[in-house]
Order: sequence, then C-alpha cells, then structure tokens
Amino acid sequence: MKPTQIMDKDAVNRAIMRLSHEILEKNKGIKDLCLIGIRTRGAIIADRIYACIKRIEGVDVPVGILDITLYRDDLTLISAQPVVRETQINFDITDKKVVLVDDVLFTGRTIRAALDALIDFGRPASIQLAVLIDRGHRELPIRAEYVGKNIPTSLDQNVKVMLEEIDGNDDKVIIEVRENGD
Amino acid sequence: MGIEWKKKDLLGLETLSKEEIEMVLETAKSFKEVSTRDVKKVPALRGKTVVSLFFEDSTRTRASFELAAKRLSADTINIAAKGSSLSKGETILDMAKNMQAMNVNAIIVRHSSSGVPKLLAENLEAAVINAGDGCREHPTQALLDMFTIKEKLGEIKGKKVAIIGDILHSRVARSNIWGLTKLGAQVTVCGPSTLMPIGIEKLGVKVTHSLNECIAESDVLMLLRIQLERQRDKFLPSLREYAKEFGINKEKLKKAKKNVLIMHPGPTNRGLELSADVADGEYSVILDQVTNGIAIRMAILYLLLAGKAPTLALARSVSRPNPPSADKRRERLSTEGES
Repeated sequence: MKPTQIMDKDAVNRAIMRLSHEILEKNKGIKDLCLIGIRTRGAIIADRIYACIKRIEGVDVPVGILDITLYRDDLTLISAQPVVRETQINFDITDKKVVLVDDVLFTGRTIRAALDALIDFGRPASIQLAVLIDRGHRELPIRAEYVGKNIPTSLDQNVKVMLEEIDGNDDKVIIEVRENGD
Repeated sequence: MGIEWKKKDLLGLETLSKEEIEMVLETAKSFKEVSTRDVKKVPALRGKTVVSLFFEDSTRTRASFELAAKRLSADTINIAAKGSSLSKGETILDMAKNMQAMNVNAIIVRHSSSGVPKLLAENLEAAVINAGDGCREHPTQALLDMFTIKEKLGEIKGKKVAIIGDILHSRVARSNIWGLTKLGAQVTVCGPSTLMPIGIEKLGVKVTHSLNECIAESDVLMLLRIQLERQRDKFLPSLREYAKEFGINKEKLKKAKKNVLIMHPGPTNRGLELSADVADGEYSVILDQVTNGIAIRMAILYLLLAGKAPTLALARSVSRPNPPSADKRRERLSTEGES
C-alpha cells in the first residue's frame, strides 16, 4: 500500500504553533518553564516550540535534549545494542515545570524511559508531555497534555514524522504499512 | 546507520577495525555526560554481572572499570590474585570457568603474561575484556588516550604523536600504536635503544632516540612509565641518567608546539619521566585521561553487554553430557536407601 500523507508543512507548523500557545496558556506564561526534547525528532520539535515561544513572549526558555537509549526496557531483548547519543541538559530541572516533547506518542514506553531519565537529573515541579502526533495503542498509563493531531491507526501501520532539519525535504507526516518488524 | 558491534570480547586494538575504534570513541562521548550528573547512574546494564580478575597490581584501571560498570547499573565483584584459590593450585582457566558457571556476563582480566585474555576468550562464552596483558596490549588505555586526543585536538588524523620511554615493556605503547596508526596519526616512538624493541618500525611508526626532535615536532607527547618492576636486567645505566636524557621538564618543553598535550597513562614517577611542574602544568591532560577512562570503559561494557541475551544458556550447553535427570536421581537415592 502506498504511504498516505496526513500532514503537510503548513499543518505541522500550525500544530506546533498551537502547541506553543497551549503550553503558555496552561502554565500561565513562562515562569519556571523548560522544554526537553527526546532525540531525535522530539528535540527538533522542542527547538521549534522554543522559537515560537520566543516570538510570542520575547523570552528564551531553557531547552534540553534527552537520549533515552540507556533507559529502554527492551535493551536485553534486542539483538544489537542501539546507538547511544548524548544527553544535553545544561540547566537544573529541580522545581521546574518540564515540558517533555516527542514526535509520536505510541505505546508510551519511550515516555516511561524519559520519565525515569528525567528523575535522575533532578526533581521537577511537574512534567508535562507535548507530542506532535498521538496514534493511540498505549501499553502504559501515559497521556499527553498537548497533542498536535490525533491519528487513529492500526498496529501494522507506521507513522513517520519527517522534518526539514534532518530529513531534508519539507515537513510532512505520513502513514505507511509496516514492513516486518520495523 | 553506522556499523553494528559484533565482537564478543575486547582483546586489543590490533584486532579492531578503524570503524570499530571510531564507534567506541563516539559511544564514549555520550557516556561522558553520565558521570557529570548528580545521579551518576543509568539502568542500561541492570542485572548484568561483571567480574574483574586482576593478577597484577592496579589502582586506576580497576577502579575505573568498577565505576564504569556501577554507573551502568551492573553488579561487580573483584578478585585479586592474592588471597584467591590460585594459591591452592587452581589454573586461571578453571577459575574463570567457575566464574562463568555463576552466570557472569563479563570477565575483565589483567595478567603479566601476554595472551591470557585470548585464552579465556576462546574458552568462555562470557565477554572477556583485556585490562592489560603482559607487554602486549592495554586496549582501554589506548582508547581513552585516543578519546582525549580527539577531545582536545578535534581529530586524530594527521596529528603527530610521540610515545616516549620504555617502549619495550609497554603494552600501552603497543595498543596506542595499533589504534593511532589505524586512525591516521603519525606515530613516533622515542627512547633509549635498550628499551626499543627490534623491528618496531614494522608497525608503521618512526623510531628516534632524540627527545628534542620529538618535542619540537609533536602535537602530543605521550610519556610512558619507567616500569621499575621490570628493570632487573639493567636496561638503563641509572634512573638519573634516564631522567636527564628522556625525562621531560619545563625547560625542555620550551621548544614544544604551543598547544602540545602531555599525556601519561599513570602511575607517574615524578622526577623520572616528567617533572612535577610538567605533570601539573598547563599542557598536562593526565587527569582528563583518567576522567575519560570511565566513559571509554562504560562504552566498552555497553557495546559488549547490552542488547544480548544473558549467558544463562551457556551453563547448559557446556555441561556434562546427559546429566542424570531428577527422577532418576530420586530413584537411585530411594533404592540406595532400601539396600
């Protein structure tokens, strides 16, 4: 089956803009706010939310990058060890309102790993979750406060978020049928 | 995607490809950050067990490996030759096999004989990590040296590295020569002719006996420890003469490049290979090497141990043929009881 495009560049941008507004609205401004993106695409979306917030409020909020590889719950199950990349959180998250950012929310296992990792960095006042896409099929009791778009999917489908910064072309979100075990 | 790590063991840099070395260095970069956190621990190797068997004295390497394993949440035990059952006549291989029978995942070994890690690796299913074998290799030291050079100078390719001192006995030198030449550095070895192994140029290095020439040309001066414990055969007329000819002090360093790196694998003999003002001076990265050692060893443990099924299966696969089943044993016991 051919991949179907469900969001184009403008749709992605509008969604990120709305997420930024919602984050500001819910937190009543930027006091104690910080953004932490999950590698790789979550980090890029976090950067974009940062830029939106800067445009709206004229202030820089701290942004960090989190690599959750070492916290995965399937490290002993997969055959080859996944590539570990650097975590960059250059500020103290204790007593901060942390907004965790990822591209696609699926089983919730990545977020579980991210929560564990964050707790190792300090004791935030709260952790909220912002995702561009929520595709359902949660395996853990996790939900997102801010969702760019809800997309009903079946388990054999793959949702791909492609962003200009790493994927080259214009932003888009596509659904394709998963080839075995991707 | 880059290459996949396939090796079961880390025996030396001679057997690693350029890509594999680069993969270790890249992975270590990510692990360096973990040691800067308040909570210096990640759960990646939870439930794995790492044993270190040290048949030679060590402070740095042993502490570094243990901390690396602990920061990855692995469980560690240390066995020193002194006080172990080796004194009762057990062989190293038997000892290691017994460790393996306790379902350990990795064995870190240091021994004064070259080849002991290889012997263990060939006979065990657990991962074997060479922490120094005789005069052959000390791979994690060379990896952390390369990591430090890359960190400080940006890249290794094209850099001039001088390894100075007792090349003959130095496993650190050999591992560094293998690794640095694979990554494209120009390596020069420098030392008294009695401590220079014959044929070392075959490894692709330049040989010189002039320290001044080395100092003037090099981007990195890697000093080796004069191994006092191996000097029985009078390789040197006297230690004072060595210090005078090959020791590095501030005066001699005046001819060096502006951003030269002074490295030393430790432990240092202050006043012998290098003077105190150089060891503590602005060019010295000796303590950075120690810090980076943990990141390198975390990377190695991660690459060897993560993403693999535990070695539980091996106890079964190497056990005696057809062990009596529980039923048969019970039967036997009951008949024995009756008779």
